[in-house]
Amino acid sequence: MSEVNKTNTQNGKLLLDVDTLGISFGGLKAVDNFNLKISKGELYGLIGPNGAGKTTIFNLLTGVYKPDTGKILLDGVDITGKPTIEINKEGIARTFQNIRLFSDLPVIDNVKAALHNHYKYSLADAIFRTPKYFKTEKAMDEKAMEILKVFELDNAASYKASQLPYGRQRKLEIARAIATEPKLLLLDEPAAGMNPQETHELMDTIKFVRDNFNTTILLIEHDMKLVSGICEKLTVLNFGRVLKQGETYEVLHDPEVIKAYLGD
Amino acid sequence: MKEISKKTKQSLATYILVIAFYAVCEIWLKTGNMSSLMEGLLVPLCYYMILAVSLNIVVGISGELSLGHAGFMCVGAFTGAIFAVTAGANLPELLELVIAIFLGAAVSAVFGFLIGIPVLRLRGDYLAIVTLAFGEIIKNVINAIYLGVDSAGFHISIKDALSLNLAEDGTTIIKGAQGITGLPRNANFTIGIILLLISLFIIQNLINSRQGRAIMAIRDNRIAAESIGLSVSKYKMMAFVISAALAGVAGVLYAHNLSTLQATPKNFGYNMSIMILVFVVLGGIGNIKGSMIAAVILTILPEKLRFLSDYRMLIYAVVLIAMMLFNSAPKAIAFRERLMESINLKRNKNIKEEA
Repeated sequence: MSEVNKTNTQNGKLLLDVDTLGISFGGLKAVDNFNLKISKGELYGLIGPNGAGKTTIFNLLTGVYKPDTGKILLDGVDITGKPTIEINKEGIARTFQNIRLFSDLPVIDNVKAALHNHYKYSLADAIFRTPKYFKTEKAMDEKAMEILKVFELDNAASYKASQLPYGRQRKLEIARAIATEPKLLLLDEPAAGMNPQETHELMDTIKFVRDNFNTTILLIEHDMKLVSGICEKLTVLNFGRVLKQGETYEVLHDPEVIKAYLGD
Repeated sequence: MKEISKKTKQSLATYILVIAFYAVCEIWLKTGNMSSLMEGLLVPLCYYMILAVSLNIVVGISGELSLGHAGFMCVGAFTGAIFAVTAGANLPELLELVIAIFLGAAVSAVFGFLIGIPVLRLRGDYLAIVTLAFGEIIKNVINAIYLGVDSAGFHISIKDALSLNLAEDGTTIIKGAQGITGLPRNANFTIGIILLLISLFIIQNLINSRQGRAIMAIRDNRIAAESIGLSVSKYKMMAFVISAALAGVAGVLYAHNLSTLQATPKNFGYNMSIMILVFVVLGGIGNIKGSMIAAVILTILPEKLRFLSDYRMLIYAVVLIAMMLFNSAPKAIAFRERLMESINLKRNKNIKEEA
């Protein structure tokens, strides 16, 4: 791994700047007046009770929904209302709450599909099998295997994605997102459905990804052990509004946050 | 690297299968044991196989149900035929055919693109119905067209041959429902097999490329594909256009195997589209080899069963059901997967031992 232990000199600079973001569905304000600032290299958590609007925010950030109000700046570039593909090219990749893999494709092709915009050759190159085709495909194979190795999926590279057990499917989803070389990686409940052992491993993987792939991570999670274990900062969402924002420890011990989670 | 060689092997197996099929038929033909009925089926077998594998791009690789494939075949057939009786009439036979094939593919691709713009916005059943309608529209429009040529250029009418107002040196090319007559009939089995091999070459190389991967990724999960930066409309269109172009090639072959070309419900209607779809479904959706085998069996079978007269279609239906069960029944699939797994295990063991 060439990227291992590379110190990120840009750490601390503002990466994501979300300003007064809002969207309503019919009469329901799903997200209202949402602000979020994430610095480069941070591991940021987005938590809140069910239905608080967490996944909606992910969908707004990735262009699945267009916001009614507000602005999203990624690394100084305005990405508000851009289509998902463009936003991915600008540098946001994500995973999904309910796993969305290319289930009929081999594990390695799931990652190679994500390398699509970084390793290019034309349709003519593909059909006439030019040297460029072989060279690029070889480079793609190597890169994909390198990424799969990080997630300990390299031994399953030729399996169909749907043949993997649940925990490894989650890992493959993260691997696929990482392959697009995102500046910001969004993880939607990465530990959902995992046992404590798997969750523990996942925490290590997430930290490793942040440290070695030169990326910033924003994650949604209900597992408080994971959140308190790896997130440096938190935003708590309740009924589409920010309830509390700040350092993890302070936020989790805030009386208002405890009330939102446990009730009166 | 192992992955690549495995895929290459699979592609090679397909080419070898086709070449073996060609060799068997040629030997059968040369030794004089082939009935004239079978001989007459050789070129149709080729264009049916091309149609089946080309529809497999849309249905199997891109995952959309298209019921208008015969429409693109029709476009290719008439493009090729028009060229054959006009500019191509004075060319050497083979050159004429080659140019006609390129023209047919190009014009079909253009039609595929134009029809793809509205159609590919739809999904599932809606896409199927609209492609069905487009296929019928193409056939019916061509059925109504009168096309003539004279020293002033092409004349077109939808009324009758007289209203073309041709000069004295003019000839009518398409006579409405009577179609195009005086075609060269210069297609043969060898050319058909070469075209099939070229189609296979294009399709298999497409599947094992970044473009093909993008098309299949979009098929498997559209939302996830967008999230990693794959353009859904671009790659769906790519699959649709390539499929249409190859159907056009099959159409040119079809037209060059006849002396008179007409657009009837039988050859370019939805029955034909459904039949091509049956080849694809029975051969296993996304399975290139399977769709070719299905095309061969289902083309030869009705002819071979003629001696059963009234019971012919009964047997045909039974074979359809048997093939469907073999390819699609969960138990049959599980059995095949177990078989493949045990083969793979053995192979992996061998590799380990070698290492």
